[in-house]
Amino acid sequence: MKLAYWMYAGPAHIGTLRIASSFKNVHAIMHAPLGDDYFNVMRSMLERERDFTPVTTSVVDRHVLARGSQEKVVDNITRKDAEEHPDLIVLTPTCTSSILQEDLQNFVERAQIEAKGDVLLADVNHYRFNELQAADRTLQQIVRFYIDKARKKGELITDKTEKPSVNIIGISTLGFHNQHDCRELRKLMGDLGIEVNVVIPDQASVHELKTLPRAWFNLLPYRELGLMTAEYLQAQFGTPFVDITPMGVVETARCIRAIQQIVNAQGHSADYEPFIDEQTRFVSQAVWFSRSIDCQNLTGKKAVVFGDNTHAAALTKVLAREMGIRVVLAGTYCKYDAEWFREQVSEYCDEILISEDNAEIGNAIARLEPAAIFGTQMERHVGKRLDIPCGVIAAPIHIQNFPVGYRPYVGYEGANQLVDLVYNSFTLGMEDHLLEIFGGHDTKEVITKGMSAESDLNWSKDGLAELNKIPGFVRGKVKRNTEKFARDRGIESITAEVLYAAKEAVGA
Amino acid sequence: MTLASEPQSLNFDCETGNYHTFCPISCVAWLYQKIEDSFFLVIGTKTCGYFLQNAMGVMIFAEPRYAMAELEEGDISAQLNDYEELKRLCAQIKRDRNPSVIVWIGTCTTEIIKMDLEGLAPKLEAEIGIPIVVARANGLDYAFTQGEDTVLAAMAHRCPDRAPTAEAEKNDRNAIQKLLNFGRKKEEVAAEESEYVDHPPLVLFGSLPDPVVTQLTLELKRQGIKVSGWLPAKRFTELPVLAEGDYVVGVNPFLSRTATTLMRRRKCKLIGAPFPIGPDGTRAWIEKICSVFGIEPKGLDEREAQIWAGLEDYVKLIRGKSVFFMGDNLLEISLARFLIRCGMTVPEIGIPYMDKRYQGAELALLEKTCAEMNVPLPRIVEKPDNYNQIQRIYELQPDLVITGMAHANPLEARGINTKWSVEFTFAQIHGFSNARDILELVTRPLRRNNSLKDLGWDKLVKETTV
Repeated sequence: MKLAYWMYAGPAHIGTLRIASSFKNVHAIMHAPLGDDYFNVMRSMLERERDFTPVTTSVVDRHVLARGSQEKVVDNITRKDAEEHPDLIVLTPTCTSSILQEDLQNFVERAQIEAKGDVLLADVNHYRFNELQAADRTLQQIVRFYIDKARKKGELITDKTEKPSVNIIGISTLGFHNQHDCRELRKLMGDLGIEVNVVIPDQASVHELKTLPRAWFNLLPYRELGLMTAEYLQAQFGTPFVDITPMGVVETARCIRAIQQIVNAQGHSADYEPFIDEQTRFVSQAVWFSRSIDCQNLTGKKAVVFGDNTHAAALTKVLAREMGIRVVLAGTYCKYDAEWFREQVSEYCDEILISEDNAEIGNAIARLEPAAIFGTQMERHVGKRLDIPCGVIAAPIHIQNFPVGYRPYVGYEGANQLVDLVYNSFTLGMEDHLLEIFGGHDTKEVITKGMSAESDLNWSKDGLAELNKIPGFVRGKVKRNTEKFARDRGIESITAEVLYAAKEAVGA
Repeated sequence: MTLASEPQSLNFDCETGNYHTFCPISCVAWLYQKIEDSFFLVIGTKTCGYFLQNAMGVMIFAEPRYAMAELEEGDISAQLNDYEELKRLCAQIKRDRNPSVIVWIGTCTTEIIKMDLEGLAPKLEAEIGIPIVVARANGLDYAFTQGEDTVLAAMAHRCPDRAPTAEAEKNDRNAIQKLLNFGRKKEEVAAEESEYVDHPPLVLFGSLPDPVVTQLTLELKRQGIKVSGWLPAKRFTELPVLAEGDYVVGVNPFLSRTATTLMRRRKCKLIGAPFPIGPDGTRAWIEKICSVFGIEPKGLDEREAQIWAGLEDYVKLIRGKSVFFMGDNLLEISLARFLIRCGMTVPEIGIPYMDKRYQGAELALLEKTCAEMNVPLPRIVEKPDNYNQIQRIYELQPDLVITGMAHANPLEARGINTKWSVEFTFAQIHGFSNARDILELVTRPLRRNNSLKDLGWDKLVKETTV
C-alpha cells in the first residue's frame, strides 16, 4: 500500500480509452463499476467535445459479482454494435475486472459472432501499466489487428507512395496540445514536400490502417505514445521511423535532417538545409530572441523542469542550449522509461530526479529555490505556495491547458510559443521581486480608504460569526447590504437572523 | 401538453442502470471539509485516486485531509499483510496530521478481495488510539451522494447515547447545553430556554454547509423547536447525543441508510417529511416537525408567500417550460417537485435509487403539487439508461435537461439547454433563504442562451439525425 495524494499518470484504462476515442467510429466498452466512466467527463469538459464520448460502461455490480458478467458484457457489446454501428468495439478492462479474472477474451469472441463490427479486448494489466504505457500498447494492438486482417483478406497495400510520405503516429485525445502540434507537423511536412499518409490515432478511421505500409517513414513526435507501433511497422515492413521530437529550434533541425537522410536513402534527393536556415534565422523568432537583450537578462537564471519524458527532456534542452538558462534539476515521472530520460538530459542539467511522488518534487523545488519552474499543474501549485512562477509544459493538465487559440509546442511556431512561455514566466518573477523591493504598489493605501466598509452598526457575536463564514470575496458586499437593510428598518444589533433576513430581502 | 391520459398515481420504471454518475467516494470531498478534525483514507486503486484528483479540481491543492491508500499488486494477491500495511499508513497520518477520527472508505477493490475493514478497524483503533470509522462507499453498490449516506450511517454508531457529564441529574437531556452555557449567568440561560416549547430532543441528519445549518436551526427556533444536535457536527468530537426515543429528521433525500440505522440501531423515531428544498419543501418540512411535536406552526403562510414574491423574476423565466432530469444525485424528486410548483412541467425524473419509504412524504408532496398545478405526473425512472434517455430527449425536446457533465456539452451542441446536475449538490439549496440559489442555477442556461439567441448558432454539430 502506498499513501498517495496525487498521481502524475492515470490508470491503464485511461490510456486505452484515449486511443479508442481518438479514432473515428470506434467505441469503447469499459468493464467497470458505476462511476468509473469519469473519462467521459474529462473528455467532454477539457476538450469541450461536442459529440458524445464513444465510451460506455458494462456495469459491474453485486449481481455481476454473484453470477459473473458474461451475458451482460456480450449483450452490451452487441447492443452497442446495433445502436451505433461502430467499426470497432474495444472492450476495456479496469482495476476491478483485473481482479475478477473473468475470461473477457471469451466474451469478445462470443460477441464477435453476432456483432457486425470488429470486437477487440484491450490487452492491458491495470497493475502493471499506467495510462501512457497502456495507450502505447493499445495503439499497437489495434494497428496489428487491422494489418493482420487486411493481410488475411489480401487487402494490404504495401507499395510505397510515389512521392515521399509519412505517417504521424501518436496524436491523441487529452494529449498536451496535441491538436495544435498535429496541425504544425502537417504544415512542416507540407513545407518539406512530404505527403501525410495517415495520422493515427487522432481522427483516423480503422479502414485507413491497411495503408500504413505505403508511407516512406513514420514520425513519432512523442516518446510516450507510438513507439511500439513504429517498431512493429519497422519489423513487418521495414518502414524506418524518426523519433526525434521537433521541439525547440535545434531539435527541430535535427528531426528534419533525420527525415532528409531517410527519404534520400529511399531514392529521393532532398536538401532541407536552406529551409532550416531560412526558418531558423528569419522566420522563427526564437533564435533571434535568444540573441536579444531581453534574453541576456535570463542568463544563468535557475530553473527546475519536471514533466513527462518528451516535454521535460525537450524543455531542458531548450532552456540550457538555446536560452542560456541553468537547469538545476530536470525530472520525469515516466519511471518505466527513466534510462532514456537520463541519456537525453544528463549533459544539460545539474541534477536528475525520477519520481512519481509529488512531495519529493515539491521538496526539491523548495531546496533549490529556482527563479522559475516548468512542470505540470501540480508544480504550478507548488510554485504558488513558494511564490515561484511556473509555466505548464506537460500533463496532468486542466482546462486552461486546452486553449482554443493556436498553441503548438513542436516545429518553428512551437519554438516561438516556448519562448513566450519561458520569457513570461521569468518576467513575472522579476516584477514580483521589484514590487517586493519597493514595498508593493504605493497606491494601495489611498485606494482602500475610499472603499472602506466602516460602520456604526453593532454586530452581535453570532451575526459576526455568520458573516465570517461567507467567502471573503463577497463578504464586503453582504456586510454592506445587511447594514443597509438594518438601517432601513431601524435595527440596532445585527444578529445571524438579521443577516439572513437581509439576504432574503435583497434576493442575493 | 395534453392531460387526457394522465395517470392517477406516480408511475415508476426501472431501466438498465447504464448511466453516468460520480463514484460515491466523492463524498470525502465535502465531508472532510465539513468534519474539521477528520481524515479520510480511501483504500482503493489508481482509478479511485484519478477520479478524486480530477473531479475535485483545485481542492486537492489546499493540503486536503484525505489521501489514497493505493493498493498494489502485492496487496491484491495477499503477499502483503493488510493489517500491517494499514497500520503503517495510519501511523503516518497520525504523526503528520493528528486527526480526531480516521474514516476508511472501502472501495470496489476492497469489496472484491474481501478485505475485512470492519474487522481490522477496532483492532487498529485500540492500537493507535484514534477512532476508525469504516464506510463502504463503493461503485458496486452506490451512486454519488449515497457515499455520504454510508459515512453518516457508520458515524451514527459513534454518537454518544448520553451526555458526557457526571452531574447527578435525572433529567440530563440538556446537559450539553449546560456545558456550553458554562460561564454564562443563570438567568440568561433560562431566558434562552424559555424561547423553546417543551418537546423531546430532536437531532437533524445530513451534511450541510455551516451557514445552512444556522439558517435551518433558526427556522425551527421561530417555531419554538430546539435542535439538540446535528449529524454530522463540525467536529467528530461533537457528534450529537442520541438516546432511545429521540426524534430524528433528514434534510436530504439520499440518506435512507442513515435513517434506517438511526431507527433500528439507535431506536430513534424518524419524522418522515418532505425535504427543505424550495420554499414549499421547507414549509412542509417545518409543518411536519411541528405536527409531530403538537405545535401550531406560526407565520409560515406569510413567510412562504414572501419568499415566492422574491422569486417572481426568476419564476417567470421558467413558467410553462419543461425540464428533464437524467438522474445522478438523488436530489431529483425534491427539485422536480419544487420546479413543478414554479410552473414547470417534468416529463421524466431519472434517479439512481428510489427509497419509496424514506422519500414517502416527498413523493406524496410531488403528487399533490402536480394535482394543484394541474400538470401530468412525471414518469420516475430508476437506474436509468442514458442512451435511451437521450433518444427520449431528442423526441421530447425539453426546454432544459439537468444532467451530468458527460452529456452536457454534447447536448448543448445540439441546441438543447442543460444544467450541470452536480452543482445542485455543491450549492446551498436548503431552506427559505436559498430557494433563490436553486433558481439561479436552473435559469442560468436559459438566461445565457436568451442573450445569445439572436445569433442563430444554437446547433453546432454537423448531423442529420438530430
